[in-house]
Amino acid sequence: MTGISALSVRNVTKNFGGLIAVNEILFEVAEHEVLGLIGPNGSGKTTMMNLISGALKISSGNIRLFGHDISHQSASKISRYGLARTFQLVRMLSSMTVLENVSAGGVFGHRKLWGSDLEAHAHDMLVKVGLGAATHQPIYALTYIDQKRVELARALMSDPRLLLLDEWLAGLNPSELQIGIDLINELRAEGRTIIIVEHVMDAIRSLCDRCVVMNTGIKIAEGTPQEVLADEEVIRAYLGDDHA
Amino acid sequence: MTTREVRNFIIVIMLFVLVALIPLGGSGYWLSIGVTIATYMVLSTSWALFSGPTHYISLATGAFYGIGMFVVGGGIEVLPYWSLVLIAGCIGAVLAALIGLATLRLSGVYFVIFTLGLAEFVRQIVTWIQTTMGTSSGLYVLTDLNDTIIYWELLALGAIVYLVGWWINRSRLGFALRIIGNDEVVAVHSGINTAYAKVILFVFSGTVATIVGALLAPRLSYIESNIAFSPMLSFIVVITALLGGAQKLWGPIVGVIPFMLVWDFLSATFPNQTTLMLGICFLLIVYAIPNGFAGLIEKYVPKMQGRS
Repeated sequence: MTGISALSVRNVTKNFGGLIAVNEILFEVAEHEVLGLIGPNGSGKTTMMNLISGALKISSGNIRLFGHDISHQSASKISRYGLARTFQLVRMLSSMTVLENVSAGGVFGHRKLWGSDLEAHAHDMLVKVGLGAATHQPIYALTYIDQKRVELARALMSDPRLLLLDEWLAGLNPSELQIGIDLINELRAEGRTIIIVEHVMDAIRSLCDRCVVMNTGIKIAEGTPQEVLADEEVIRAYLGDDHA
Repeated sequence: MTTREVRNFIIVIMLFVLVALIPLGGSGYWLSIGVTIATYMVLSTSWALFSGPTHYISLATGAFYGIGMFVVGGGIEVLPYWSLVLIAGCIGAVLAALIGLATLRLSGVYFVIFTLGLAEFVRQIVTWIQTTMGTSSGLYVLTDLNDTIIYWELLALGAIVYLVGWWINRSRLGFALRIIGNDEVVAVHSGINTAYAKVILFVFSGTVATIVGALLAPRLSYIESNIAFSPMLSFIVVITALLGGAQKLWGPIVGVIPFMLVWDFLSATFPNQTTLMLGICFLLIVYAIPNGFAGLIEKYVPKMQGRS
């Protein structure tokens, strides 16, 4: 633990009918910490992210964000407490310009900007993610990594106290991946609290202070990236019994 | 405001004054079609304020309009006409808020069907009240308001709708609605209370439709539920708004004027096939100009300006 608790997830369970997607999960994220949430496909990582952001309602348990109980709050309320996220499948506002897409994050949530402040701030965020030149382009003119940048800029517009990145690095080629990792490292250097769901192990190793590993809805390990990636149960979950 | 906005504003005022002078021309035909056009201008524009950005297609316009008529019809013996218009507006607002809170969780086609069913439901209730409690199947609304006054009332209401629409488009609320129309998941994660934003707009358009019904009641003199709750009205509102382009504030008006002129011609020429003609118009609009006249204008005007 490096500071006060930013997020505390206590015995959170989510079931869809008979299927238990997230089972009694328990972990804490300290302020200024970068936590990696990893695990094989279908292990419940994205469901966990959706429960934290309020996109899904938890079945039982308790989630607190900087002291606020957000277990049964709407996603819009939670975002006003300072949570912002990106999505596993990029979500663009396709009829709007790049600038408007980014601005959308800074008007109604944790920051409530408007007018020239909003425009200036949105422009700063676009420069920050490396899209300063694309400000007035339509969304369809952007490549995949640029759309991901727009989404990150939109999340950053609200000056989030906790940022959720759901496979933000997935689908990028090696050079784009390095750009992406550098960008997240910058956010880390600013002292932002971040939860990263990721399959790219290089990114996990270089970015995360700590990792929580999930498999079939259960937390199977927790610790530094080196510790958990050497853990027998984690290797078994990813690669099967023969490799453990 | 920029000089361009000031210029546009002056042009709009001049057009408005010009249009307001139509009754002084003395032509009964043009006044009559002017009332119809003004009616649909108000209804379509307020409809598009809600449905344009959110893409929620409401077919409940006829229900609100009919309620407005019946409020006037039911109270005209007891209360002064002006107070009834206000009461109708309040009833419309409350009803729209209730419907909005209950239904805006529905999306897409479920919302469309619900609003269509709602209009029929309200009509049946009013008919039932009429037949069990009233003495006749209709109500008389006898006032000394003539077409000229009604036309000016509608224009004034239209001006209010435009001002409100102009304000919404520049406000956070308008921005929120555009985000909702694009992606509701992004909207809620950006901190937008989507239910609140949608209900406000639904209440506004419902209130306006109710007031339009109340304003037009004196024109009919005799109000029957079949006429007041005509589903055709809801469909024409949607068609004219789509023809003009529901994404722009001025879109519906560019749809209403040509549509009503053609519609007048068609219903005079083919009195027995008007519904068929309405269907054909609808198909043609959807296939030929999916973004409406406003879309066409936005597409071609810059090109022409670029050439000159």
